[in-house]
Amino acid sequence: MATTADNFQAHADHAHDDHADHKPGFFARWFMSTNHKDIGTLYLIFAIFAGIIGGGISGIMRAELAEPGIQYLQFWAEFMGGTPDFDTALHMWNVFITAHGLIMVFFMVMPAMIGGFGNWFVPLMIGAPDMAFPRMNNISFWLTVAGFVSLLFSLFVPGGTGPGAGTGWTVYAPLSTSGSSGPAVDFAIFSLHLAGAGSILGATNFITTIFNMRAPGMTLHKMPLFVWSVLVTAFLLLLALPVLAAAITMLLTDRNFGTTFFDPSGGGDPILYQHLFWFFGHPEVYIMILPGFGMISQIVATFSRKPVFGYLGMAYAMVAIGVVGFIVWAHHMYTVGLDVNTKMYFTAATMVIAVPTGVKIFSWIATMWGGSIEFKSPMVWALGFIFLFTVGGVTGVYLANGGVDDVVHDTYFVVAHFHYVLSMGAVFSMFAGFYYWFPKMCGKMHSELLSHIHFWLFFIGVNVIFFPQHFLGWQGMPRRYPDYTEAYTFWNEISSYGYHIMAFSMIFFFVNVFYTLFAGKKVGANYWGEGATTLEWSLSSPPPFHQFSELPVIEDHHDYHDHIGDAKPAH
Amino acid sequence: MTTATLESRNLRTGMLALLGAAAMLGLGYAAVPLYELFCQVTGFGGTTQRASESEAAIAERLASAAGGQQISIRFDGNAAPGLGWDFRPEQVTDTVTIGQRDMAIYLAKNNSDRPITGTATFNVEPEQAGAYFNKIQCFCFTEQTLQPGQEVRMPVLYFVDPKALDDPNMEGVEQITLSYTFHEAKGAN
Repeated sequence: MATTADNFQAHADHAHDDHADHKPGFFARWFMSTNHKDIGTLYLIFAIFAGIIGGGISGIMRAELAEPGIQYLQFWAEFMGGTPDFDTALHMWNVFITAHGLIMVFFMVMPAMIGGFGNWFVPLMIGAPDMAFPRMNNISFWLTVAGFVSLLFSLFVPGGTGPGAGTGWTVYAPLSTSGSSGPAVDFAIFSLHLAGAGSILGATNFITTIFNMRAPGMTLHKMPLFVWSVLVTAFLLLLALPVLAAAITMLLTDRNFGTTFFDPSGGGDPILYQHLFWFFGHPEVYIMILPGFGMISQIVATFSRKPVFGYLGMAYAMVAIGVVGFIVWAHHMYTVGLDVNTKMYFTAATMVIAVPTGVKIFSWIATMWGGSIEFKSPMVWALGFIFLFTVGGVTGVYLANGGVDDVVHDTYFVVAHFHYVLSMGAVFSMFAGFYYWFPKMCGKMHSELLSHIHFWLFFIGVNVIFFPQHFLGWQGMPRRYPDYTEAYTFWNEISSYGYHIMAFSMIFFFVNVFYTLFAGKKVGANYWGEGATTLEWSLSSPPPFHQFSELPVIEDHHDYHDHIGDAKPAH
Repeated sequence: MTTATLESRNLRTGMLALLGAAAMLGLGYAAVPLYELFCQVTGFGGTTQRASESEAAIAERLASAAGGQQISIRFDGNAAPGLGWDFRPEQVTDTVTIGQRDMAIYLAKNNSDRPITGTATFNVEPEQAGAYFNKIQCFCFTEQTLQPGQEVRMPVLYFVDPKALDDPNMEGVEQITLSYTFHEAKGAN
């Protein structure tokens, strides 16, 4: 912190001077980084890398599910160092669903949204020179990397029936305690400890930055909605992750040190683990989507050339979603034997969340209403987000009913639901944010054509993958199995075709990234035009290595949506 | 605003945030005893209640005033895999008057060639009956040690609380199943 303060002082005198932009050497810059933009870049690269692995695993799963029977799992069992027998093959399936879930949640969505876009743009948008604790920021990133390494390592050590941790991302006891001998599950748990610690430190950093380092004149009610979304997310992380840490530490001691927190023979209860897990797990799903909400708000306003409709409603809807998110956890556990009154409460409380979420959807549409809409790539992805997230939201209200959930619990209907809100909701918002800000981050413009092709192929692909899974679930196909009766073949085959389309679309993404970096046209400070009014657009693209040595001032005539424009001829 | 005060303000906010995280970690652990307490107090998940002799006497008087309605009790006994015990109720069902205390006998036999200490977990079905199923004495209150080949008769002294008659959730409940599972006691032997 002292370092930043010094730099800050040193450069205060000659702002916009080239000296403000001198960077440390390669190793010091990228491995010992304390610069929020560099750490944001590292997080994004890490998330893309993890996403390739997590997405590749889902490809293995869709290949296996394309037809009934076991086709590829024996090969993977042998490939991962196990024996190619049937039990090990089925264990590999459990390992794949576990790794896919954990990687996508903890090492793709969270690092990209919070670590990547959050680190990059929260300080820029509030007019701060950097994060409050730059060195802690570095620790957060490398803890996340260490967590990822621990998770990957778990794939190659014994996990009971075969190599790897085959517990599902929920790591339920007793499967994860007495059901999985060998060190794989210990490594997976340790991976969550590391990633969780990194996220808690990151959350502390964001809260401190947003509370203490806003530019003069930027009140909380003048903050951009993306900053609001990261603030709410940081609080959710801070309050939810320690509960997960407690739960998985209990798992660890149950496994290794003879405690019986979740073992009935010693007076424990495995259901307690589920309560603790979902007390974390439900806020976690909002952690994954709230920054997306924030980005969509910025993007829809920018490309409609209108301030976002109902700014305060939008901000407090996120706060409400965050608060209510803590008191609905047992809707993940309707079938553990809750009595009818408990189910009624959790059904009602869960449905209440549809209200603030509805406020958000309504306000995005109202923002577009009468706007001068430009269908640039970020806007197209944002529209895709609004449409598909709403589909996932509707099936969510459906599943909120304890009675309905008794029927479709742990079926593909649930899989379809949470992939509509996550692999479409969260992922569409990340691509929207990426195309919105990537030229800002690297200073060069991507190809709008490739971005649009990427959008349409990805949109078609994910819908072909996941929409049929509603039918499969409603027909009773259970999740977490590598095999199914022949009756389910048709829609599974369609679903696997969808994966091909989605995977094909990703080629356009990567080509676009390389095209931008090597051949993209240089862009100016505000390449989206007058609709882009937050502070990051007042800086060059890419922004200087140290920005805002002279703090920007948000004056009275600057409204919540307009931090750089001259709304009135005040000066 | 000087940078020094910003630094100390940051430190304070950061510390408060970490304190919040530490408090949630503590709450996570506090959930363990609180959850147990919650189940014991509310009978949640079919957790049975413990009653004293005097409470049993009051219940008996209340029940006779209420008209002596009867209810069927089914007994279930399981031994955890690998325990090496036979464990079963002497009598599978019994019909008792609500409020009346009754004794059930479970039979346990150690088939192994070593002394084994067991401890029993228990609950009742349907779950809403947990709050009204009172045990005055039970072999499940303490650990039980059986010598090789030893066979014992283990009593449970219980009654169904007449308050069950006033609970709308208990309407239509004609039978309560009392279930035990014996596990090898951890840390014994």
